[in-house]
This record gives sequence, C-alpha cells and structure tokens, in this order.
Amino acid sequence: MEAGVVLKMKGICMEFPGVKALEDVDFTLKKGEIRALMGENGAGKSTLIKCLTGVNKFQKGEIFLDGKQIINKDTMDAQNKGISTVYQEVNLCPNLSVAENLYIGREPLTKIGTVNRKEMNKRAAALMKELDLDVDVTRNLEEYSLALQQMIAIARAVDMDSKVLILDEPTSSLDDNEVEKLFTMMRNLKAKGVAIIFVTHFLEQVYAVCDGITVLRNGTLVGEYEIADLPRVKLVAAMMGKDFDDLAAIKPENTGDKRKEPMVIEAKGISHAGTIKPFDLEIHKGEVIGLTGLLGSGRSELARAIYGADRAQTGTLKVKGQEVKIKQPIDAMKLGMGLLPDDRKAEGIIGDLSIRENIILAIQAKAGIMKRIPMAKQIEITDKYIDLLQIKCASRETLIKQLSGGNQQKVILARWLATNPDFLILDEPTRGIDIGTKTEIQKLVRQLADEGKSLIFISSEIEEMLRTCNRMAVLRDGAKVGEIDECDMNQMSVMKAIAGGEKNE
Amino acid sequence: MKKSKISSNNLLLLITIVLFFVMYLAGCGVYASKGFTKAQNFMNILINNAGLICVTAGMTCVMLTGGIDISVGSLIAMDCMILAVGIERWHWSSPVLMLFILVIGIVFGFVQGFCIAYLDIQPFIVTMAGLFFARGMTAVICKEQVSIVSDKIFTALSNFKIQFPFGGTINKKGVLVLPYIRITVIVALIVVVAIYLMLKYTKFGRSIYAIGGNQQSATLMGLDVKKTKLKTYMLSSFLTSIGGICFCLNTMAGTTTQATGLEMDAISSAVIGGTLLTGGVGNVIGSLFGVLINGTISALVKANGKLISSWANIVTAILLCFFIILQSIFAKIKESKK
Amino acid sequence: MSSLKKLTQKRLFLPIFSMILVMLINVIYDIACGNMPLQFFVITIKNGVLYGRLIDVLNRGSEIAILAIGMTLVVSSSAGTDISVGSVMSLYAGVCCMILAGYGNVNVSSYAHPLLVGILGGLAVTTICGLFNGLLVAYLNIQPMVATLILWSAGRAIGLLLCNSQIVYVRVPSFQKIGAYTGIIPTPIIVAAICIAIAACVLKFTALGTYIQSVGINKKASRIAGFNSAKIILLTYIICGLCSGLAGMVATSRIYSADTNNIGLNMEMDAILSVALGGNSLGGGKFNLAGSIIGAYTIQAITTTLYALGVSSAQAPVFKAIVVILIVVIQAEPFKVYMKKLTAKRAQAKEAA
Repeated sequence: MEAGVVLKMKGICMEFPGVKALEDVDFTLKKGEIRALMGENGAGKSTLIKCLTGVNKFQKGEIFLDGKQIINKDTMDAQNKGISTVYQEVNLCPNLSVAENLYIGREPLTKIGTVNRKEMNKRAAALMKELDLDVDVTRNLEEYSLALQQMIAIARAVDMDSKVLILDEPTSSLDDNEVEKLFTMMRNLKAKGVAIIFVTHFLEQVYAVCDGITVLRNGTLVGEYEIADLPRVKLVAAMMGKDFDDLAAIKPENTGDKRKEPMVIEAKGISHAGTIKPFDLEIHKGEVIGLTGLLGSGRSELARAIYGADRAQTGTLKVKGQEVKIKQPIDAMKLGMGLLPDDRKAEGIIGDLSIRENIILAIQAKAGIMKRIPMAKQIEITDKYIDLLQIKCASRETLIKQLSGGNQQKVILARWLATNPDFLILDEPTRGIDIGTKTEIQKLVRQLADEGKSLIFISSEIEEMLRTCNRMAVLRDGAKVGEIDECDMNQMSVMKAIAGGEKNE
Repeated sequence: MKKSKISSNNLLLLITIVLFFVMYLAGCGVYASKGFTKAQNFMNILINNAGLICVTAGMTCVMLTGGIDISVGSLIAMDCMILAVGIERWHWSSPVLMLFILVIGIVFGFVQGFCIAYLDIQPFIVTMAGLFFARGMTAVICKEQVSIVSDKIFTALSNFKIQFPFGGTINKKGVLVLPYIRITVIVALIVVVAIYLMLKYTKFGRSIYAIGGNQQSATLMGLDVKKTKLKTYMLSSFLTSIGGICFCLNTMAGTTTQATGLEMDAISSAVIGGTLLTGGVGNVIGSLFGVLINGTISALVKANGKLISSWANIVTAILLCFFIILQSIFAKIKESKK
Repeated sequence: MSSLKKLTQKRLFLPIFSMILVMLINVIYDIACGNMPLQFFVITIKNGVLYGRLIDVLNRGSEIAILAIGMTLVVSSSAGTDISVGSVMSLYAGVCCMILAGYGNVNVSSYAHPLLVGILGGLAVTTICGLFNGLLVAYLNIQPMVATLILWSAGRAIGLLLCNSQIVYVRVPSFQKIGAYTGIIPTPIIVAAICIAIAACVLKFTALGTYIQSVGINKKASRIAGFNSAKIILLTYIICGLCSGLAGMVATSRIYSADTNNIGLNMEMDAILSVALGGNSLGGGKFNLAGSIIGAYTIQAITTTLYALGVSSAQAPVFKAIVVILIVVIQAEPFKVYMKKLTAKRAQAKEAA
C-alpha cells in the first residue's frame, strides 16, 4: 500500500453489449489531491466514474478504498462508504430550503419523531460558515445562483464524511467569477484532506486547480501524470491520440483556394446566450469548414445558432448574399440547409419509425403537410440511399432503432442528402461508428464538396478533419478564437490552437 | 445577492387570499339583504364544504408530488352509499361502518398508489379508472337513493350543533340567534391542521415536497420515492373517506350521482390555493382558502337566486383556467431568468 | 409457440382478439339462454329497418368511433388524453338545440333557425373548444389532462346554461333523422363511416400521420428535421374538438333533445379505452387508427353485452374500469420487465430439470 493513497482502481474492464467501454484501466488518488480525469467523448470517463459509484457493474477489476477492497452496489452504497458525486446538473430540490437540501433523508429528529427544523438550520448554518459560504440556510435553494447551488451540493456531499469527492463537469454552466469561487472551495476541501476527482473539458481550469491528470482515450488509460509534467499541448495530444513526438504531419491533399468562389453563408456577430459568444464566419461554395475545439468549446453551438436549432439572439446572417432571418430549423431548411446533430438518439432518429419514414422526413417537412410524397417516390428515394450509402438493414421498413449506430447515422445523412442541400452541417458524424463507415463518410464529405456543396464538419478527431476540411475555425470556451488556413493545417498547429495560451509550455 | 421577500409562489397564495376577501366583501355589499353579512353565512360555507376541505387536503398532498387523483368524487359517492345502505339495509352500527369506510379508503388508495408508484402508470389514467370503478360500484351496491333515518348515533352526529357564545344576530321574532358550526367542520379543521403539521414537520411530509421538486434528485438523495408516492395516494383516499363521512353527515343519504365533479372542485381549490400542478410548491392552508373561494362562489350564486347553479361551475372553471395560465407564465419567467 | 408469439405481436392483435372474445361471450350467453347460438350476428329487417344486435352495436358505437379518431391523434401527438370530449359533446347539444329552438324555448316542433346553422354553429363552438385545449397544451406546456380538465367541467355547465338548465326538445323530423334511419340503415352508422373514411383519406393522402407520429415520438428530433411541433399538437386538439362535435351531433339527434346532463356522460372513458384497446400506447408516438376504430366498436359490444346480461348503465363503468386497468398494467414497462424475468426464470428451471 502506497503512502497517502485513498482510492485505487486496478484493471477495470467494462463491456457493454458489443462495445468495450473500458479496458484494463487503473486509477490512483491520493489524500488531499485534486486529480483531473480527462478524455474526449467516448473515452470512458463517465463509465469509469459510474463503475466507481456502483451505477455500472464492471466485469473485471478491483477497487480499493483506504486499502480495503470494496464493491459498491449503487450510489447510496458508495456514498455510505465515503464516495460522493456532484453532477453537472444540480441534483437538489429547488423548492426546499438550503438546510433541507443539506439534510434531507437524514434530518435531525425531535423526541416525538418529527423533523427538528431548528437543529437542522443550526447545523446547516454552521456547515455553511465552515465552508465560507454566504448563504441564508432557511431560504429556498432556487433563490441562489447556479454556482452556489453547485457548492451547496458539494457541501452536502462533504458533510456526509466523504473521503473521495467526484465533481462531474460542475463548471459547465458557471461564469468565470463563479468558477473561481468553486475553486476556492475545492482548495479548502483539499486542505481538509478530501481527495477530489475533477471531470472537466476546460483546460484552463485543470491547470488552475489540479495536482494531477489522468487521461483516458477509447476506453484505455493513456497515462497518469503530475501537472508539472504535462504541458497543455502534450495533454491535448494525449487526449486526441497522437504522441507528441511522432506527430508526423499528414499533408492533406491540396484542394485549392475556395475563397474566390461565391459566398454561401456569411454570419456576422451571431450569438446565443450562454452557449456561444458573437462570432463571424464565412463559408464559400464547395468549401468544407472544420470546427475544432474541445467538447463544450462551442463548436456544436456555433453551428446550431446558424441553423436556428438554438435561435440566434444577435447578429445578421446572409445566405447567398441575401440577409435572412431564421427563427426555427424549417426556415433554415427552406434556404437549403441541413443539420446532422451530434446527439443521434435525442435529436436525430425518430426511433419508432421505419428507415423509409426517417429518410423522407426532411423532404416531407419541406414539401409541407398537404403534399404527401407518394409511396412510390418514397420507396425510390429510400432504396436509392440504402444502396448509395450501403445501409445494412433487413428491409426499408425496419425500425430505425433496431439498426446499429453507424447505420442509423447513415439514415440521418440520407435524410439530409435527399433534400439536396446547398449547405450541410455535420456535427460529429463519425462518433461511435466503426472505422469502415467512418472512412465512407469522410469520402462522402469530400465528394459533396466537389459537387459544389458547402459543409461544416465537426469532429473530435483532428486527423479526420485534416483529411476533409479546406479551412478550420478554432473555438475555445464558447468563443471563436481564430481560423487556420489549409497550408497551415497540421496536427501540431491545430492542437496548439485548441490548447491556447502558451504559458504551460 | 438581494432577493425580494415575496417569491412568485407566495404571490400566488397572496392573490388567493386577497381574492377571497374581495369576493366575500363584495358579496356582503351586494347581498347584505340576503344575510351575507351574518356570521352564520360564513359558518354555512364551512359547513357545506367540510367534506371538500378534507378531500382537498389529500388532493394537495398528491399534487405536491406532481400527481393527481380524480377518483375522489366517486369515492365519496361510494362511501355515502355504503353508509346509507349499511345503516338502512344491512343494519350495521354506524361506528363500525365508519371504520369500515376508512379501511376501504386505504385499500382503494393502495391499489391506485401501487399502479402509479410501482407500475409507473400515469396517475390520471389510474385514478380515472378509479373514478369509474367507484361510481359504478355505487350503482352496484344500490341503484336508488337511500336516506339515513334509523341510526341514532349517526343522526345525533349530524344534528349536533356547536354554538358560538358571540356574534349572534336578532331575528325577526326578536330572538338572539347564535352562529353555530357542525361537528364536520371540527373534523375538517383538525384534518387541515394535522396535514399542515405533517407536511412541515415530518420526514414523510418533506419527502413529498422533495419528490415534487425534483424526483430524480430525491432518488439520488436516498429517499424512497416509490414508497412515499404509494403512501401519498393512500393518504389521499383515506382523507377522501373522512370527507365522505362528513359529506354523508350533511346529506344523510346515498345516491349514485352524489358528489359528481367534486374532484374538479378539489383540484381547482388546490390550484387556486397556490399548489403548483407540476408539484413541489403549495400548502394546505392555501388549499383551505381555495375551498373557501369555491364555497363563496356557490354562496353568491345561491344568494342571487336567479342564476342557475351551473354558473358556479363555470366561474370555478374560469378561475382554474386563470390560475393554471398564471402558473405557466410564472414558470416561464423563472426559466428565462436562468 | 413462436408462431403464437408472432401473432400476439401483430399490431391489430389486441383489438381483434378482444372483439372475438366479446363475441364468444355473446354466443355462450345465447346458448345459455336457449337462443340460437349465433343470435348476435343475425340481421333481420323489422318495420322496414335493419334490426339485430350487431346492427345495434354498430349504431350505438358511432359516437365512440368518431371520438376515437380525434382521441387517437391527440394521444399520439401529445402523450396525453383529452378528457373534455364528453363534456364538449354535451356543449354541442346545448349550442345546437339553443340555435334551433331559440333561447328559452323548451319544446319546439319547428326551427327558429335553419338546421344547417344549428349544426355548423355547434361544430364551430366545439372546434373552438379544441383550439382552447390545444393552445394550453402546445403553447403553455400544461399537461394535457389538466388543461382539458377545465372544459371537462365547464363544457357541460355552459351547455346547461345555454338551455336554461332544462332539456330542450327539437321535434322536427329532419333533425331527428341524423339519429334515426336513412332508408333501412341507421344514419349514425353512415355518419361514422363518412368520418372514418375522411380520416383515412386525410391520413393516406396527406403527410399528417407522419407529422403527428414523428412529433409524438421525438419532439426534439422532429424540430431539427423541420417540423413545428407546437402547431402539430394544436392541430390534433382542434381535430379532436371537431370530432367531439360530430359525435355530439349524432348523440343529440338520437334523442332529438339537448339533455346536457346525460349526453356524452362518461364518453371520455370510452374514447380513451378504445385507443388503448386498439393497441396504441397511451404514452404517445405510433398510432393505428384502424385499431382504435375496432377498439371503439369492441367497447360498444362490451356495453351492449353488459346490458344484455342485465347490468345497468350506471353499473357498467365498473367493468370498463377493470378493463382499462388491465390494459395499462399489461402495457406498463415495470410489468413487462417483471414478466420477462419470470419467463426467464421458468426457462432456467426447465433447463435445470
């Protein structure tokens, strides 16, 4: 047993039907340490956390808490053993007082068995004071800002004698000031000897508060580092899957300068409160623009603001030189746009409908409710795309929810291709699908561009973007921070741009 | 970070209380000649609505969890019918019957609560089935109206008056008439106080609020959500049965059409009293005022004399609509603030 | 075994199965009573019109079938039910009879206004009721059942008000005809058939069905794909209001009076039950109109059978309530999981043996 180690996870393997989510992952946490757990989408961060808290049942591996092997049945069990989790969405009750939120389920009782509100308020106030929070504990939780709610959630966790505190993206919806307050609290806790696992996407924050970093990629452990040993660019490299030293520049095929082509999209000062700060963007005919940045950097949000999925609150948008107002997606579609959303299940597929119905959905929406597309035409279109995109299915009437992820994605892609769009936004089109399909989709993107269509391509994999994009826009912390031209595009430059700030090199 | 003392939720309750006084005072002004200013007029509103107060207390608990129970009116009809038939045909003694009815209420609530909490079926569907079941059962027990005449205890309870030593008026014959209430009003007020304390000071009560606030959070904080919901529906049916006895003490009869639409009165009272349809906010004191508003509307329509009784229904529905829309707007404002 | 499983998974299995079950009960009942075994299916002509229990079911089931059309769409798009339909039917009766008889008249044998004005006036009012419900649900995000609760209570009350709390009789043959016979066929059957045909055509020749299902299954994805979810939901409630009006039209003409207290009483239950019995999930999404229609007639067959068995109309809800609970329990996810576990355990036990 190493000195000071609170939590040790060894050789964790976790398999969902058909997918290896975690393979032989180790994780070590010392007393009074703040350790960042990092990785891109699908790296296995949340799966690892869920294994630790008992939500997921892992197949192989061991967990030691204070040197004793433990198995957690569920989150309650984990909590009782001293492992608490605070999630991104505040999991408290907004309609109850702060004190109640701190003590519900374990309220101090009076002699006759009723809740002793006085005692509860007293204890709560003491706890708030101890943690240096300026809160009136008798007020309802909803009267406080999200940051304070977040901290109250942490206070609840801490008060339950936590040895290990897991903070799962607690800062996503906080502003800089609030983040700073949260950090102060984390440092206080650290001084008290609590070990913290900090899951976040914001690099700045990792370097501001953490002592160590554990990086996961594709369900495997990349490494456990001390903060001093891992400058930003190396961290990005570790997360994105290239060793810093053998970053062989993959020279993309030269596609020529598209900026002489007519402008298709011209966005000026477009923004959506809370997700993307005002940005400018120009897209030309036949151009593929890559949006790069870490998850939560605003790369999806930028595209959604253009498409009207999140209605833009400021700025002007010109499509083919004409100024337009887009209130909702159908307006954008009528202008020849399409959006393949990143959350396939929540925003892409209509699960209980067949492949055919899913494919014709967008053209039907454009045609309007009165003009039903004749069945013969529907079948023709469906068969064409099943054939073209090689969608593997029993028949065109198979329900889309029965298909594999890759084939579902192809169906959604077919939905948009069927509308013959001039401008298509693909948000993580290759996530969670097999290599073969990935390459097919990349090829298709190039092919569409050659046909004179314009595209926005969003991906977590830099290599994939290098292969497909003419130009890249870089986003960080909800703002567009720059563009990279084709001649400057390589792994190294992109990673540097994503990482931002040179101070840690 | 300064916040105004009155949150939107308190505002709803405040609107209700003000509305009640405005309505009542308006009634006093317009219908003074018909005895609206007499203390007994107010007592009559309490007496007429004692059963409804009990039912609404239960409904408030259910609605606080984010659910709804529309079976209450039918359950009351069934209770009254069992009481009437039990006394007149089966010749049971009334205390035993009353106990029997309370047990039926608990069982009825258990079945509904089980379907809702453990089988995850929409409360509305379950309690609607409950509504039709109880209403049909009333007819199965007896198809015609049965009046209660033969039980001495029951009749005595029904006729028992509790007079106030003050607030009397002199009637035409020059005799001092003191205002009085019935025993049902005492029962109803005890229920309100008990539920108020239960909601505020017991673990069960606080769990109800927590579930209504955020069910997922409640689960994560280690509360037994399913069990709490089950208990809440049982409580609702239990209180409805108490309300049923009060109701029967007023009408002294059982009919198949008794208390039709009472669920509507209970729901609207709770909503008007500041209980959010989405759950988590509201209290039983507000609901009491909601019932009083409902009662005042009926009293006003009655005092007018020319208006037909369905006006009371329409006005209540309009009020309900108004408050539902108000709640929805408040919810939207709250959301946009975030 | 596997073929049986396949059969039970067919979409129309539930409604057709229940229909056959009800018919079987009738056959058994007839045998027990010493009637002809197939009495239920015998259609004769008496007094110049079709006569028989089957015709009775088709005739009396017209209102439920019409309501089932609207209810199916509402359930599909909004995952909630419109409980105001029965009340709105009664409101139609109030409006229509008030227009036809003139306000305050209780018993007339000639029209105060043309028949068409009465019918259209009634339908217009019920459509507005649908619009009102739809606005609350689609644009104010109020749970469907709570939103429709308002009209559930107020609809009947307004109807009563329009008729001055009395039963208004309109004793004019052309008014009665809608509820009586055209040639030898009961007119309600024809009205229901026309409604069903129109609904089927609309679903076949426009994209309404795709829109509604898509919104009902996944609102967010539908929006991204270019549908205006709120508008679609609103539309289904308007259609439901119109259907309630049409059902009210049949019910009113049948008794040529506005008996606002009784027209459409408990009809919401029957309408919801037919949707559930039709194999549609009350959780919204995919729908099958044919199923709901068969479900509607099955409900009527159950009612008719209950009456034949000597159960009064006041008692019948007991049985319907039990049927509703059985159906929703079978549909409930925890129940399915439990059953799956049970069958798995049994299979294991078999293997062990």
